[in-house]
Amino acid sequence: MSGLIWGAIYGLAAGMVISLAAFIGVWGERKIAGRIQLRYGPQELGPFGLLQTGADTLKLLLKEDITPAAVDVRIFRVAPLIVFAPAAMSLAVIPYAYGFAPIDTGVGVLFFVAVPAISVVGVLLAGWSSRNTYATLGGLRAAAQMISYELPRTLSVLPVVLLAGSMRPLDIMDAWQWWWIPLTFIGFIVYFIASLAEINRVPFDLPEAEAELVAGPFADYSGIRWAIFAMAEYGGLVAASLFGAAVFFGGYLGVPGALGVIVFVLKALVIALLMLWVSWTFPRMRPDQLMATAWKVLTPMALIQLVLVGAVISWL
Amino acid sequence: MSPRAAEHVEHTATGRMVFDVGSQHPSTHGLLRLAIETDGEEIVSAEACLGFLHRGIEKLGEHRRYHQLPTLMDRGDYLSGIHGELASALAVERLRGIEVPPKAHWLRSLLGEINRIASHMAWYGTFGRDAGVTSHFFYSMRDREALLDILEAVTGQRMTFNYVRPGGVIADLTVVAESKIRRFLRTFDAHLDEHQTFLGGNELLQKRLRGVGVIDRDSAMSLGLTGANLRASGVPYDVRRDRPYAAYSELEFGIPIGTTGDAMDRYLVRIEEMRQAARIVRQCIEGLPEGAVMAKLPKALRPREGETYACVESPRGELGVHLVADGSETPRRFHYRAPSLFAIAALEQMLPGTLLADAALLVGSVDIVPGEVER
Repeated sequence: MSGLIWGAIYGLAAGMVISLAAFIGVWGERKIAGRIQLRYGPQELGPFGLLQTGADTLKLLLKEDITPAAVDVRIFRVAPLIVFAPAAMSLAVIPYAYGFAPIDTGVGVLFFVAVPAISVVGVLLAGWSSRNTYATLGGLRAAAQMISYELPRTLSVLPVVLLAGSMRPLDIMDAWQWWWIPLTFIGFIVYFIASLAEINRVPFDLPEAEAELVAGPFADYSGIRWAIFAMAEYGGLVAASLFGAAVFFGGYLGVPGALGVIVFVLKALVIALLMLWVSWTFPRMRPDQLMATAWKVLTPMALIQLVLVGAVISWL
Repeated sequence: MSPRAAEHVEHTATGRMVFDVGSQHPSTHGLLRLAIETDGEEIVSAEACLGFLHRGIEKLGEHRRYHQLPTLMDRGDYLSGIHGELASALAVERLRGIEVPPKAHWLRSLLGEINRIASHMAWYGTFGRDAGVTSHFFYSMRDREALLDILEAVTGQRMTFNYVRPGGVIADLTVVAESKIRRFLRTFDAHLDEHQTFLGGNELLQKRLRGVGVIDRDSAMSLGLTGANLRASGVPYDVRRDRPYAAYSELEFGIPIGTTGDAMDRYLVRIEEMRQAARIVRQCIEGLPEGAVMAKLPKALRPREGETYACVESPRGELGVHLVADGSETPRRFHYRAPSLFAIAALEQMLPGTLLADAALLVGSVDIVPGEVER
């Protein structure tokens, strides 16, 4: 029973954290994109345009939630939640501060890399239930892409698990040494690229490729349901950068309390910034190139990293 | 049952999907509808369905005086109005035997080249959008904005200029416009290098463009392709050099050609064309002769019976105007050759066999303007 209550509290908190992150994140992204694109980004609403996201959210909430006549209604309605829930869940195992992760479990790392894969089902269902050629193809692309990138992403965090000798995020934080950064750097690159693919960011935004598929699986969604998809992607971005900062860059670095959280969030912000930078300046890949990158480049790279770390451990 | 399904799967059929890309779609460059049939991601057949932008320009031309033809041509290829105007003006001048003052010739070349860069910039911006890059669009629009500003300073308009008329051009270059052109030329080459590092230098883009949408030399010629699309296939045909008009016989410029005729070559040829166009603009502004910009002409032109064909090198290729005169104030037949029409034919040929993801990219790579195709 207490688990249920704790779960409800956590669910609420995760929803709020993601909403807040999306609130500030969307503003930050638009500001950064503006700078990259010779513009200013939002600047009219509130100080530095900070309230712009609020206005946009309000607009999305108040918009009509259109359900096209041809769609498979029940699946169409539930699909955004199936995409959103795993993104929120994956935030649960991240070690935020010294000795604190909302769900402290011995298989935390596995949980983190496995749970977001569930959202593929939601994207696929969204594409399929829309009964729309663009959406269907986009959903299929998303499924192929996420499953392919799941493998290098999982392999890329394994070296850290090997080094720490545990899958429990808090144990990893305790065991963390600074020289892991150069040692697992290849792993971080693989993790970074695979995460970009996982959260559908350019150059891996094939499922919603605007140029040919308009918006892919999300083409028929509007209003709040569309916003939930967008939030899920943001949740994915937040989770990926937080987790990357934790396992590859030492998270809070042993700093206790609030200061540790700030250090941790700053590191994650740098990773998030890199992701945004890439996604605002790169062209999209072609489906066959995407697959080739996953299987012929990233997976071997991750395996080499694994062997390298294994060799170092046996030598120690 | 389609051959893709495994043999033991009795009651499952793999179907083909038909994508109606357009007429309302983020990347159709106007109103073009492509009916694309795919097998998974691969395109099996593609058909361009035209007619969404038909405004009856040719028929309207039969009821307009010869002076008024450039106004119609502006609306054909709306991205390069000067070239359309020039083609119709050249045809009328040839029919009537009008002597154009030298300064008008030079101004036609000058404005034509500025318009060419502006048009290529619009292509460059949208081409990157087709490839999935968002940001460089703003950089291309920054340069296009400077060019439209120049065009506005000279002609008073940003798109439908109404500037070139039979007998010359309507306005001389002002001091303000000249300083704007000089300011533009100071930064443009550096900007072009910046564009090249941003988009063309990106390895991901190069990988997507190389070997995609190849049109070899022979099929390019048999398809009737002209302009950058033809030159990318290795045929050095440029109306400006092969059938000089305006002041081009006195100007120096290179004609970039490609080797393989793939999308990358078409991209590179257009980028280099912008550099050469800037070179021509520089020569025009230095060597601009003095004198009148418009020949003395009667209010109504009545060319004697006959017909003629005049062509110019528009940003999209050979833009020709065929005029038939019957001795009255209006032409009996007014037809124009739109290079984009031939590019669409080439597009239909190169799409089958490629991936759906490349469809938008290939539409962008042949640089079509539906307004010109459908008149």
